[in-house]
Amino acid sequence: MNGLASEPILEISGLSVDYGFGPDAVHAVDNASLTLRRGEVLGLAGESGSGKSTLAYAVTRLLREPGVITAGSALFHGRDGAQDLFDLDAEQIRELRWSQISVVFQSAMNSLNPVFTIGVQLTDVLRAHSKELGRRERRQRAAELLDMVGITEDRLRSYPHELSGGMRQRVMIAMALALEPRVLIMDEPTTALDVVTQREILQELGELRERLGFAVLFITHDLSLLVELADTIAVMYAGRIVEHAPAETLFRNPRHPYTEGLLGSFPGLHGERTTMTGIPGSPPDLRNLPSGCPFHPRCGYAMDACETQAPALLPISWEPAEPRSASCLLHTDGHQAPESLMRAPKIGSTL
Amino acid sequence: MRILRNRKTLAGLILLAVFVFLAVFGPTLAPYPALQIAGKPWLGPSSAHWFGTTQEGYDVWSQFLSGDRAILVVSFLSGVIATVLSVIIGVAAGYFGGLADNFLSMLANIFLVLPALPFLIVINSYLPAGGKSSTALMAGIISLTGWAWGARVLRSQTLSLRKRDFVDAAGIVGERSWRIITFEIVPNLVPVVASSFLFTTLYAMGTYVALTFVGAVDVNTPWSWGSMLFWAQGDQAAASGAWVWFAAPGVAVALLGTSLALLNFGIDEFINPRLKAAGLTRRGLRAAGVTRRSTLGLTPVLRPTAAVVVTSPAEIIEETV
Amino acid sequence: MYVLVRRLMFYAVTAYVAVSVNFFLPHMMPGNPVETMIASAGGQLDQRSVEALKAQFGVGTGQGLWAQYWHYWGQLLQGNLGLSISKYPSTVAQTIGSALWWTVILVGTATVISFVLGTLIGALVGWRRGSVLDNILPVTTFFQAIPYFFLATVLLYLFAEKAHVFPNSDFKSYDTNNYVIGWNPGFIGSAVSHAILPALTIVLASVAGWIVGMRNMMVTTMDEDYVLVAQAKGLPKSRVIYYAARNAVLPSISSFANALSFVVAGSLLTELVFSYQGIGSLLLSAVQSEDYPLIQGIFLIITFAVLAANLLADTVYVLLDPRTRQEA
Repeated sequence: MNGLASEPILEISGLSVDYGFGPDAVHAVDNASLTLRRGEVLGLAGESGSGKSTLAYAVTRLLREPGVITAGSALFHGRDGAQDLFDLDAEQIRELRWSQISVVFQSAMNSLNPVFTIGVQLTDVLRAHSKELGRRERRQRAAELLDMVGITEDRLRSYPHELSGGMRQRVMIAMALALEPRVLIMDEPTTALDVVTQREILQELGELRERLGFAVLFITHDLSLLVELADTIAVMYAGRIVEHAPAETLFRNPRHPYTEGLLGSFPGLHGERTTMTGIPGSPPDLRNLPSGCPFHPRCGYAMDACETQAPALLPISWEPAEPRSASCLLHTDGHQAPESLMRAPKIGSTL
Repeated sequence: MRILRNRKTLAGLILLAVFVFLAVFGPTLAPYPALQIAGKPWLGPSSAHWFGTTQEGYDVWSQFLSGDRAILVVSFLSGVIATVLSVIIGVAAGYFGGLADNFLSMLANIFLVLPALPFLIVINSYLPAGGKSSTALMAGIISLTGWAWGARVLRSQTLSLRKRDFVDAAGIVGERSWRIITFEIVPNLVPVVASSFLFTTLYAMGTYVALTFVGAVDVNTPWSWGSMLFWAQGDQAAASGAWVWFAAPGVAVALLGTSLALLNFGIDEFINPRLKAAGLTRRGLRAAGVTRRSTLGLTPVLRPTAAVVVTSPAEIIEETV
Repeated sequence: MYVLVRRLMFYAVTAYVAVSVNFFLPHMMPGNPVETMIASAGGQLDQRSVEALKAQFGVGTGQGLWAQYWHYWGQLLQGNLGLSISKYPSTVAQTIGSALWWTVILVGTATVISFVLGTLIGALVGWRRGSVLDNILPVTTFFQAIPYFFLATVLLYLFAEKAHVFPNSDFKSYDTNNYVIGWNPGFIGSAVSHAILPALTIVLASVAGWIVGMRNMMVTTMDEDYVLVAQAKGLPKSRVIYYAARNAVLPSISSFANALSFVVAGSLLTELVFSYQGIGSLLLSAVQSEDYPLIQGIFLIITFAVLAANLLADTVYVLLDPRTRQEA
């Protein structure tokens, strides 16, 4: 689905998030900017510690202590117009939550309250946000929601521990869609599941999106998942966004050395056999980041400038018309990128 | 040690030190023996008798000074015995499992459910006079009702430790059971045992004072604050306005208990760091101009605006209270 | 409810142990039990009491120890707890019966109030972690360390002696001079007013434990994802707290057993201070008058009551935690 032409629904600019305070603060997200458009699926990929979850939770102000938002804005184009989520007070946020932006957390077992039935956990959102609904209508709606994800109505009376892992995740999705929000943030929703269930759930998600038209911010460390699912992908490293491009373009023609490294780390099912390359070194300690570009110690194309100059997320200088950006000095004026990072789409292939 | 930095632990330790001092030197410092007529009865506090006198004319201050030793001796002795028992029983139950566990757990549960004070009163009522005045015997009997709670906690800790890989590894290598227990498991239990010891001692103290107050043990030998309370109650000190007579021992017992509880708090927070009021401190936030506390579900925003510039606060002290 | 059946059996075993202890304890001392009791009383029991004891314990009837044991059980199951020495010719059962209700009502009500209050306050303190409310904790610690009876004495002193709000000496459970037991407003009013101070003592002394326990559990529970989810759902704050508290309260209920032991002890002593005519006072006067059958009888009754309360707490727990209903 091509969501590129539609209007933005969530504009994050210059977001910086710290853990802790003062000189010992850890910069978990550094000057991140992203735009999510109506109906689009934006995949946010990166290793653990890259800041992807932090970013998503910070935007919704759900980040736990000791997280603090130290810079940036999150402009949400909701039903009441454009609002900066960081300017809202508690009551405004509360109203907005779930009805316009909802979240599917990582572990469904821990996200469902063990002492309440599924029915109660589905209906209490309705109670809080759709005050005009009566008891029977709420129950009906809850049954509809379960049906939407392929679960029978009698499960309304079940407790979370009585459901299988896949069912619980489906319940979480149904719950997230209860108020038909515009944005759905999904934090590694399928990581804890087996591949078969994973597939089913992603498929159902696709169908639901077709029907309801919400945008998705899909967080994962597994780039391969995003192949079919995402419209656009943003790759994060050490709290920064290092590349942002339409999904297929990113896969075939990466522009950032880290992305290239990631893509080379997992095998494709078809095509010629290539040697798998990992990325040398290990993820950086956020308390002790390298100077300049945080990736330079592990980068095969590092130049001298990389050690002193931190690159910004910019459109590629030599293909400015493309709707993509990367934060790498190789693509700035005065430098020459290597061939592997300059691949162009083959003529005649669909993008 | 890091524990000592905790304000609560420090306060508890200092307070306890005072009481230990009192136990050791109290009787020697007392101007009169506890049960010797020192003046006219029912005297109020004065320079001759700092705490006044009792109905029989005994010096309350002397009685007070002599009242700490027996309590500390019985409490700590009982705490030690009960803790040793709870370690043996709890660790054995958790480590060996099976029938032994079932039996020992049932034993512990029985002692937990049995109401302790009535039980002790009944036991004591059968003791001959010599038994009722023996501190050692008292400590032993009280520890009978005090070991069960610690045993339960240690059992569950042992159970979870046992499942850990390093214990399995020791077994595979061929370590004997008793060695595994002593060298792998027990060292990890030390904080829990410490906390259990303090709690049990606190319990023993309360129980001993209660038993004396009630007259289930010999109220004059050994002399303790419980004895003072017994006589104060019996002679209607409160009704007669001699409030120092009953207030002094009562407050002392409360303070002694508080010192043990404070120590315990400190250890609890050491075991479970989440209990500390940690995270962003109010001071730090206020320094940055954020007036609202960081509540769950509302991440604070500290963007530099024209009015407020975020400067790093001078010190960040993790609030450990 | 398999879980409950198991608990019931456990309580039955405990009751059995209590009864057996009651029987064997005097036998464990040197000499026959009646001699033990006489010695403990300093040789001061009169002939009547000695005969009563001998009859109860089957001493001197030529029966073996086990036969005496079964005899004891037989008596017990018939509701015969023996004859009271100090209240002769009343039986133990009669004596206990008249005092039991006073205690049950006082202690029962006070414990419930303490639990509810403590849990609510604890939930609030736990929720607002890091605020001024945390300072409640050292205060409650101090209150927890105060012996029940001392608190009772202080309260008695303050309200009765100083403020003359309540009658002072000879406090009792109601104004014995003016009222008669029965459903008359005078008696009920007097009974209630006499119950306030003892109940206040019990509540003040025990509430700290509930507060601390709930607060600690609240802090741990708030780290759980489902509480964050509740926030993310935009639920009103009270509902989010309920999400957490409803889970955090469970350990408090399961620790009820332990707590009850302390409450029983404290109530005993409180009754002593206020001359409240419940089981506690009865036990203590029985100790002082060396009325062994009465002592034993009261111990048994208290034990049974505690076991019943525990069973109740277990039932509540099973109702509140659906995971226990899983027939594992």
